[in-house]
Amino acid sequence: MSTQQEDDTPDVDDAAPATPASGSPAALEALIEDHVLEREDHLNAPGFVIRADAVQDVLSTLKTEAGFDHLSCVTAEEHEDRFESIYHLRKYDDPTQEVSIIVPTSRDNPVSETAEPVFRTADWHEREAYDLVGVEYDDHPNLERILLPDTWQGHPLGLDYNQNKPQIVTFDEHKNPLEGHEQAADDSDTMFLNIGPHHPATHGVLHVETVLDGEQVADVNPDIGYLHRCEEQMAQKGTYRHQIMPYPDRWDYGPGGILNEWAYARTAEDLADIDVPEYAQILRTMGGELCRIACHMLALGTFCLDIYGDFTAIFMYAMRDREVVQNILEDLTGQRMMLNYLRLGGVVWDIPEPRAEFFESVRDFLDELPERLDEYSDLITSNEIFQARTVNTGVLDYETAKDYGVTGPVARGSGVDYDVRRDDPYGYYPELDWDVVTEDGGDNYSRLLVRMEEVEQSARIIEQCVDLLEGWPEDERDIQANVPRTLKPEAGTETYRTVEGAKGELGVYIRADGTEKPGRFKIRSPCFSNLSALKEMSTGEYIPDLVATLGSLDVILGEVDR
Amino acid sequence: MSSDQPRDSITDTSDPLTSTRDARMGDGVDDRFNSRLREAFGSTPFILTKFDKFMNWVRGSSMFMLQFGIACCSIEMMHTYSVKHDLDRFHAGVPRASPRQADVMIVPGTIVSKFAPRMKRVYDQMPEPKFVVNMGNCSTSGGPFQEGYNVVKGAEEVIPVDIHIPGCPPRPEALVYGVAKLQERIANGESSPVTVKPYELEEFGDLERDEIVDKLAADIDEESLVMRYNWADSP
Ligand code: SF4
Repeated sequence: MSTQQEDDTPDVDDAAPATPASGSPAALEALIEDHVLEREDHLNAPGFVIRADAVQDVLSTLKTEAGFDHLSCVTAEEHEDRFESIYHLRKYDDPTQEVSIIVPTSRDNPVSETAEPVFRTADWHEREAYDLVGVEYDDHPNLERILLPDTWQGHPLGLDYNQNKPQIVTFDEHKNPLEGHEQAADDSDTMFLNIGPHHPATHGVLHVETVLDGEQVADVNPDIGYLHRCEEQMAQKGTYRHQIMPYPDRWDYGPGGILNEWAYARTAEDLADIDVPEYAQILRTMGGELCRIACHMLALGTFCLDIYGDFTAIFMYAMRDREVVQNILEDLTGQRMMLNYLRLGGVVWDIPEPRAEFFESVRDFLDELPERLDEYSDLITSNEIFQARTVNTGVLDYETAKDYGVTGPVARGSGVDYDVRRDDPYGYYPELDWDVVTEDGGDNYSRLLVRMEEVEQSARIIEQCVDLLEGWPEDERDIQANVPRTLKPEAGTETYRTVEGAKGELGVYIRADGTEKPGRFKIRSPCFSNLSALKEMSTGEYIPDLVATLGSLDVILGEVDR
Repeated sequence: MSSDQPRDSITDTSDPLTSTRDARMGDGVDDRFNSRLREAFGSTPFILTKFDKFMNWVRGSSMFMLQFGIACCSIEMMHTYSVKHDLDRFHAGVPRASPRQADVMIVPGTIVSKFAPRMKRVYDQMPEPKFVVNMGNCSTSGGPFQEGYNVVKGAEEVIPVDIHIPGCPPRPEALVYGVAKLQERIANGESSPVTVKPYELEEFGDLERDEIVDKLAADIDEESLVMRYNWADSP
């Protein structure tokens, strides 16, 4: 069996049953024909180059008439002769149906129309594109720097950026950044409150600018970029084969290690056309789900830390269980957090000898897990005080979630039945027996429930993987495909692939430029999109609920800022 | 003694509890005040020490850490604080949320240009004497991100540092070791090295005028605090 996806070829979409014509690239082209300049297909999707002033037209046509309701990512890049923004569209119902809309602009005047009125999520994505690459978006509501400080000079992912130039960063202590904004100005009773960037409730270095009306949140604006570590630049400096793989570990350090690495591996394997042996896929699947459990345990522990206020029992319990997972991962990969386990075409090594011992430790963990989860349910979800704090707070409804490109447990807590593992299958997931968990509440409580149930599902997956691995014939244990020492994908090939990370749809876009390093490497971070919906969830609520909402969003700042 | 046997004290005797005290005291002078410390100093009830030395010992033995999470290393730091590794066993386990109550700051992660002024401010808010532990390669040198356009090449560029713990991330054991080393140094009265801090918070008006200052002059107030990064001179 080839575990590589066959659906890369755009024309299989012809078979889509519901709206047969609308799926095919030709039909799509007909829809937006007036604006299309040329075809430029990516490996994952048909691509259409359109005029810079027709972005909203094209996107809203595709959204309403062809059902592309998920703006997964916006990639901007600078070429020798032009700037380009790429809108990666897909469908929440079927993410294998994708289309890329490419918007070139001239180098002297890099202005294109904003997509924000069509997809709210474009707001932050375009700000990032402006910040790092320098494309400007006409009519954008708030085109400011998002990751770098306001006073930064130049656009670091642009071609002629000089990294050695000095920079000046201001430190404005209590200045109200929302001064003059309507929400604050016409109501003199409001008070401005800075939360973070050094604050125990923000899970790292997030800065939340809030305007309070009494105890209610009148406006909230997450200010990010305090952990912008140039991940994309680092990846662009590394060679495909070995130098990039350590970095994904540091995106979502929950530790989403293997899940993140998989996002890069999937894209690069697609790009270089590498098949992964089945045995390695099972190892990846098992490792990935172990990471997911660790991530969800962290989310649960810190969420309760936010709600109950101190280093209490639940936090300690969650940490205790994470220790067990981390020990297993350490046995498997050699590190507790930064696993660096995947390689293009497989994994780095097999289960440690003696295998029986390893399997036993995993089984022990799985056997104890149901009891642990019952304990958590007693302590958390069936606790009245906890329910009073979380039920019906931080509500994110179905449509808003989609509009903001929200994915992962947060989306599933709002009833969006979307999981890349099932909908755009990869790895060994399609062969295994597991369910996608959804809840309809859309509140903080639902999101927590989803995470806790996902832990159970992950345990199911791991159990099946362990059974498979144990029974695998010894001479067929291929852990790596034969991959050339240096990879040089053909210049101009582009692809965008996603996996289901712990926080949601984690995507990587790579454009190859014919060398052994990527020409452009763009990370689609689920936390980034999820966090952008914070305003919708918290405005009008009490300030303690804002803190609870932040906790239930489970953002990892390393992934938000990259 | 197995627990299914009732203990003597429950079943056998109804004597007043003083008897146990008598038994403990034995004959002669009550030695219950004889702590290990007392033993160390001999029979005299006085301790002769330098006040400084005593204070150093106290400082090292009761540390209040700042709850300060930055990046990946902070996850391992949380593990160090919680069950299994339990930093509390080493007199350093209660993280304080406010810098004004803390005297040790662990810097667990990558420091980027936007965050460095904030970190400097948090450090300034801590009362003296204060100590800094660098956790991980990032806060030592920029670590894996050293070549990034936005990354400060180590916390030492901004604040003085006492202990560096290498690792990416260091294991909890390593952090415990680092903290123990710091305690040792404090108890010995060693102070942190005087470091050159290339990046300071300054008033914008005080900066030497050059190309970039002129460019930003319209946007930034003369009195605004700013931090100026000379990337070209970074290690
Ligand atoms: S040293 Fe490594 S683990 Fe620690 S913050 Fe830096 S990258 Fe993360």
